Order: sequence, then C-alpha cells, then structure tokens
Amino acid sequence: MSVTVSVPTILRPQTKGEKSVTATGTTLAEVITDLDAQYAGLGDRLVKEGALHRFVNIYVNDEDVRFTGGLETSLADGDQVTILPAVAGGSGVTG
Amino acid sequence: MLTIPAAMVDAIVSHARADHPDEACGIIAGPAGSDTPTRVIPMTNAERSPTFYRFDSLEQLKLYRELDERDEEVVVVYHSHTATEAYPSRTDIAYAGEPQAHYVLVSTREPATHEFRSYRIVDGVVTEEDVEISRSTAS
Repeated sequence: MSVTVSVPTILRPQTKGEKSVTATGTTLAEVITDLDAQYAGLGDRLVKEGALHRFVNIYVNDEDVRFTGGLETSLADGDQVTILPAVAGGSGVTG
Repeated sequence: MLTIPAAMVDAIVSHARADHPDEACGIIAGPAGSDTPTRVIPMTNAERSPTFYRFDSLEQLKLYRELDERDEEVVVVYHSHTATEAYPSRTDIAYAGEPQAHYVLVSTREPATHEFRSYRIVDGVVTEEDVEISRSTAS
C-alpha cells in the first residue's frame, strides 16, 4: 500500500528538502512509522504521546484526519496524504 | 524588513476591527521566493475566540493547494490581539510553522489607534523587524 505524502516547508529539513515523498502502510499510524524509518525524527514532529501533534494538520485526500479516526484512519493505494502546519496562536490571555 | 503596500495594511486592520473582540487571522500570499506580498486572504478563525485563533483546517487545505497551483507561498501570516499588545504570545511562538513568513500582529485594544508590527519567528526565536509601508501602487 503506497501513498504520496506532501511535506510542508518547515519539515523539509527532515526530508532532505523533498516536497513530496512516498510511504507505505494501511493506516496513517503505519505510514508515519514508515516515514520515521525513512527520515529519522520526522515521526516526533507528527505524533506526540500517541496522538496527532497539535502543531500539524494531516489530511487524507480532502479530509482532515481529526474527523476520520486520527492515526487509525485507513489508507488505500494511491491516497494523497498532506501535512500542513496548523496555523494557530493567539494572545492566550483570559479574563 | 517587511515592505507592504498601505492598502494591505488597511485591509488587515479593517478585518481585525470587524472581528473585534474576537481575534482575526489570515495571510498575504506572494510569488514563491519573492518575499513580496501581493494578495490579502482573510481566513476564518475556527475558534471564534478573543484569545485564540486557528485557521479552519479545510479552508486552509484549499488555500495551500491554490497557492501551490499558482506557484505562490505564504509571505505574511497575520492575526490580531484584541486586549493586549501586538507582540507574539507563547502560543504564537509555539505554533509558528512558516519559517519563511513575516508574522504580523495587529492590536485593536485601543478603539482609535492600532499597533501594526512584524516579526520573524524561527525555531522559537522571535525577532522584530521594521515595517515599511509603501504608498506607491507600482511594483
């Protein structure tokens, strides 16, 4: 099961500058394990304590995986996985 | 330094005022590698919050695909602080994921005046930079 993974600018130092890489797996978790085997350290940028890192958005085709089962999202041959930085922040000041 | 046309500053400040007291957010796109802001694109703050913002994730996916197709990139990421100064918070720094971008903060805490400041945020390090507002429409 081979999928294409689109890598954002901030993670390209991990992928030797590659914008698009391929990985194998039947779930997103397996694909991330494979990515980390190919590009050491990439897994830690995507997953923290067993869950998708809050600093990234991951999509399978047109769906945000937060709404499709997270790391357990199943993948089919030829699926397009897109990683984007979560664009977020804010003053964080309450009251 | 960020060089930005006055009309774009006005558009961002108007967006921030319109969404006040919630934080407003968006980007300015430009040709990849040019460091030149050309298109202001207001984004939905999915949090609709006075203290937090997050781009709607599907709107963001659509935007990033469009930028790719047009050979553009994010030149500026902007958002407003509505009760505090225009300086990156710890949350802003933690999330900053566009190393090539200028991070613009607008403060709307004062009704009659605004602060408009720009920063680089790379690997958790904040560096404020000058903002040059260009009046000319020529590029």
